[in-house]
Amino acid sequence: MMSSNAYLVLSAVLFGIGIAGLLIRRNPLVMFMCIELMLNAVNLSFVAFSRSLNDAAGQVVVMFVLVVAAAEVVVGLGLIVAIMRRRPGADADALSMLRG
Amino acid sequence: MNSVLWLIPAFPLAGALVLVVFGRRLGDPLAGWLATAASGAAFVMSVTVFASLWSRGSEARVLHQTLFTWIPAGSFKIGMGLLADPLSIAMCLFVTGVGTLIHLYSIGYMKGDEKFSKFFFYLNLFVLSMLMLVLGDNLVVTFLGWEGVGACSYFLVAFWHEDRANATAGKKAFVTNRVGDWGFLVGTFLTWTVVGSVNYLDIADKAHHDITAITASMLVLLFLAAATGKSAQLPLFVWLPDAMAGPTPVSALIHAATMVTSGVYLLIRLHPLIEAASPWASTVVAWVGAITALVAATIAIAQNDIKKVLAYSTVSQLGYLFIAVGTHNYVAAIFHMVTHAFFKALLFLGSGSVILSMEHDQDMRHYGNLRKYLPITAGTFIVAWLAIAGVPPFSGFWSKDEILAGAWGQGTVSGKLLWAVALIAALLTAFYMSRQVFMTFFGEEKWRSLGVDHLDGDGADDSTPDSAHGHHLTPEHTPRESPWTMTVPLIALGVLAAVGGVLNLPFASGTKFLEHWLEPVVGHHDLGVGGLPLVVLAVGASLIALAGIALAAMIYLRRRADPAMVELEPFARGWYIDSAYSAFVAGPGRRIFDAIAWFDRTVVDGAVNGVGSLVDSTSRGLSQLQNGKVRSSAIGIASGAVAIALYVVLRMGS
Repeated sequence: MMSSNAYLVLSAVLFGIGIAGLLIRRNPLVMFMCIELMLNAVNLSFVAFSRSLNDAAGQVVVMFVLVVAAAEVVVGLGLIVAIMRRRPGADADALSMLRG
Repeated sequence: MNSVLWLIPAFPLAGALVLVVFGRRLGDPLAGWLATAASGAAFVMSVTVFASLWSRGSEARVLHQTLFTWIPAGSFKIGMGLLADPLSIAMCLFVTGVGTLIHLYSIGYMKGDEKFSKFFFYLNLFVLSMLMLVLGDNLVVTFLGWEGVGACSYFLVAFWHEDRANATAGKKAFVTNRVGDWGFLVGTFLTWTVVGSVNYLDIADKAHHDITAITASMLVLLFLAAATGKSAQLPLFVWLPDAMAGPTPVSALIHAATMVTSGVYLLIRLHPLIEAASPWASTVVAWVGAITALVAATIAIAQNDIKKVLAYSTVSQLGYLFIAVGTHNYVAAIFHMVTHAFFKALLFLGSGSVILSMEHDQDMRHYGNLRKYLPITAGTFIVAWLAIAGVPPFSGFWSKDEILAGAWGQGTVSGKLLWAVALIAALLTAFYMSRQVFMTFFGEEKWRSLGVDHLDGDGADDSTPDSAHGHHLTPEHTPRESPWTMTVPLIALGVLAAVGGVLNLPFASGTKFLEHWLEPVVGHHDLGVGGLPLVVLAVGASLIALAGIALAAMIYLRRRADPAMVELEPFARGWYIDSAYSAFVAGPGRRIFDAIAWFDRTVVDGAVNGVGSLVDSTSRGLSQLQNGKVRSSAIGIASGAVAIALYVVLRMGS
């Protein structure tokens, strides 16, 4: 069971890096990559639990996450490209027109 | 037959609506004819409903119709209901009947006025409100009419509002009535609380067993307060004499015949409450009337404005109605109300005819010998004079006598005192009315000897000009009789004032038409005096009336005594009641009102505004959190997720 713990720790570290990057960086593209990192950190923990608990359901969920993430990348990258065309070099904080 | 009832108020409503839209286009005199037709149609409808009630048995004479639910609020439901019973339909008949005659008269009187069609719009609106007041089947609908007639009274008193005095008089009437309306509202609330309904039929049902005597007495006093406002009794009568600033047909219709009787009508409508109340409550009602009758009669003696005399006379006669109500003599109250509507409307219309022929001069000291120039006006005016003075066999004699007999028949000390006070007031009534007739229609033609100087100062102290028309009476002036639209109503009312007594002759049970008619509503009431004593009382009352006339003839016709002996200063000044009110309102009253206004502004408004601004500033602060930045939203999500995770972990751990 030792090996499973190591995977979980790695997953937590990756997730932490992802969330820190999301909160600290202002470049939309980097923030997007951080989100991908967080998703894959979760995937890693799912696979780890699937192995240690001998349950295939975890791996099925990973497949779903991969599909959703792919779809999300398509939409997200499209948005980012559109934004960058209108306002080259804009960071995420400048895009605050929806404030209350 | 139910379907006809709503048509009674519908006609004046339609008339008012047409006049407000097309009034200007119809113009003079077509607008007047339209309004007269609307009022006349309402009269015809009243007669129809009356006939349908008449054809039924005496217990089945009730028509009840709810047009729609007016105020639905949970268990509190007010229907726009109309109730036609012998009492309300009797009121309807004379309101629409006298009202139509006054509409007709107004066509002649208002001829050439700039706001001719607006005047008739107000008149129709007034008839509508009055009919809603009378026909309403619950207190709230009656209140709607009550406020409607008050508003129309305000519009019409201040009709010639270019003159500041007229506008002020209108405001005074309105504000004084507000004081009385307080009683009406609180009374309605209290009725709802104790009866659980504001419907007259429910009130009548529950009055006898479900309401304690003290509650009923409180209700009577509250509605008495309302009635003193509308029906111009002490202490709220001060607005009525000033209301004479309006055009004379208005004085006749609103301030003599119909609106001012609505207070009395309300009390009679609520007579089950009076019956359920302690005896002292009705005694209070009677004494308010008696004191008002006496005080107003004394004031009327010393007035020189022809309409002011009639105004105080109206206040005094309304006092009689309160005496009748206070002595449970409701039939006599309605009887006198009807005959009073006939002869007082006639007196006002007659005075209007005089005023018109005298270039809008209202000072009786400038009149004299007008019977030579205005034969029809003088003839009908004299009939009305004999009626109000109580000379048999004119109508006023029969109705006033019934009130006097009812007071005497009470058999209590209070009743006998009421009778005595009312008798003195009757003497004064005969006196001041004779004074008016002698000064106006008999004696020398006083305007012939008037210098030009009278036009400025003299008479300005107590006469309110009928209008700002600015005509002046010159010594060469020859008065002319009024057109037929004005004299026809005079003659019609003259006939009614002369023979109105046949409604309720006391000779036998069979001649008491009104009493039998009203019996299903107000119940049977024994005068408590009959036979020879009644005859003695009646003869005494007529002698008193003749004495008053003789006294006036001695002073104003034969000039045996100086008028100053009776026209005392306190009388002319209205017992200083008006000045006392002004002094109070301007002095200590003002400070109280200011304090209340301050309290309202700072504490009441402050609390309301405070809640508003608290919400406003809180939400303003909270809206700063939403700055539209993706990363701050992400922080929110992240810290939320961490908080939930921490909670779950700690809960699981323990």
